[in-house]
Amino acid sequence: MKYIKQIYLAIIFLFLYAPIGVLIAQSFNASRYRGHWTGVTLNWYEKLFNDARIADALSNTLSIGLLSAGIATLLGLITCVAMKELSRKWRATFLSITNVPILNADIVTGISLMLLFMGLGLKLGYVSILLAHIVFNVPYVILCIMPQLMALDKSFYEAALDLGASPFKAFMSVVLPELRPSIFAGFLLAFTMSADDFIITHFTKGAGVDTLTTEIYAELKIGIHPEMYALSTLVFFFVLIFVMLFAINRRKLIKYEEVLQ
Amino acid sequence: MFNRGVRNILLTPFLIWAGLFIFIPLVCIVWYGVTDYDGNFSLANMGLIFKHGYFDALELSIALALISTVICLLLAYPLCLILTERQRDNTTIISLLFILPLWMNSLLSTMAWQTILEGNGIINQIMRLFGLPDLQLINTPGAIVLGMVYNYLPYMVLPLYIALTKIDKRILEAARDLGANSWQTFTKIILPLTIPGAISGITMVFIPALTTFVISALLGGGKLLLIGNIIEQEFTFHYDWHIGCALSVILMIFIVLNMLLTAAFDKSHEEEDF
Repeated sequence: MKYIKQIYLAIIFLFLYAPIGVLIAQSFNASRYRGHWTGVTLNWYEKLFNDARIADALSNTLSIGLLSAGIATLLGLITCVAMKELSRKWRATFLSITNVPILNADIVTGISLMLLFMGLGLKLGYVSILLAHIVFNVPYVILCIMPQLMALDKSFYEAALDLGASPFKAFMSVVLPELRPSIFAGFLLAFTMSADDFIITHFTKGAGVDTLTTEIYAELKIGIHPEMYALSTLVFFFVLIFVMLFAINRRKLIKYEEVLQ
Repeated sequence: MFNRGVRNILLTPFLIWAGLFIFIPLVCIVWYGVTDYDGNFSLANMGLIFKHGYFDALELSIALALISTVICLLLAYPLCLILTERQRDNTTIISLLFILPLWMNSLLSTMAWQTILEGNGIINQIMRLFGLPDLQLINTPGAIVLGMVYNYLPYMVLPLYIALTKIDKRILEAARDLGANSWQTFTKIILPLTIPGAISGITMVFIPALTTFVISALLGGGKLLLIGNIIEQEFTFHYDWHIGCALSVILMIFIVLNMLLTAAFDKSHEEEDF
């Protein structure tokens, strides 16, 4: 039984990583055509740093990701704090409204926002993409913060009030630090969703402005520039190292706590 | 925490936000969907769904989305069971390794499946090594299902995994002490306790699978059209917003139906429990 489980894990693992392996291999492939192996090269990595289009798309992706995640985190946090004070019934109603962009299909969200922006006379471009990303990021932030806020012990906050702190001060110095992990998780999730979004960006972007995903989609028809494989390989290993460090630290932390106990 | 006045002030930004960016856009879609080019009320564009090509696309979308959802469910349950029963130490790293592929751009990894499945692709090259005949893998409904399962499996795994970790281990021990075998423990305890997780997983997989146009464009070779492809073409090729919106409204009907269905299932299950 133990072996069956390990084989099962291995098969799923292979399924998840097969295309990633292919992409990494392609980033070292001397030929610019995929599926046609002509030798190993680091050429694409070198070219990557001189590619203005990719640099442009990358900076759009990063700035839209950070800005939309930041604004969504702020809006989501304020809304969560307010929703905690609502009656159970109203809170449920509000939560179902906040969830609409997640539950709705991306294509519908994208088209509906495009219609709104064009109706308002807003030129489709950087700002419209940013607004659209905030729209679908807010629910992810709320999803992360709300459970922790609901589980929060009110008595610390009340103690701070009794000791003479203003509600705002008490919130900032007692509640906010408690919420830090879920705020961070919400921000990170929002950034990830923004960076990987294609469909909503596709409908709300204008000519001339591209994020990495829309740039890739445009290249799909004419053949992907291998520099793109090089970039995603770098991103992948960057995240891999980050995640591994996180896991190792967590492990050390758990061990440390066990020793203390 | 705050008095009502402060609460309402804090609630205002979101209410304005939701009105402007959630409610009005949906009204726009419905408006375009039920009017003709002169702005008069008309259901003619919605009726187009019964036209030959459109209806086939809708049927194919529903079928492929259902198949993908079932496959995701069948793959995710054993995976999550194995992951949760392991020791805490290892689980963190192994679980992280299962989330990691999410950070690879999904367009690129779906395209990598092209390289694996196509006529001269990796699988066919391996087949040739063994002297076996080539397989037609790319541009088939199967390839689209594979792409859907690949892209959306994490959305099934995550809620299921969370639901499984929440089960009190003592309940499982109690079941075992009372003489239940693994299968009985699974069907009588684990399955009922994880149904809410499974339901949110089903919604999270079914909706994007039903409405995607990217996966079918990449792995269907432009011949297998899903309803998402048809809507996308209405906007980017034909510039016919009315037809595009009418078809989107039909998609929304399916989304709402799916939500009502899962909500009803969720509720009936809760009542059973308490």
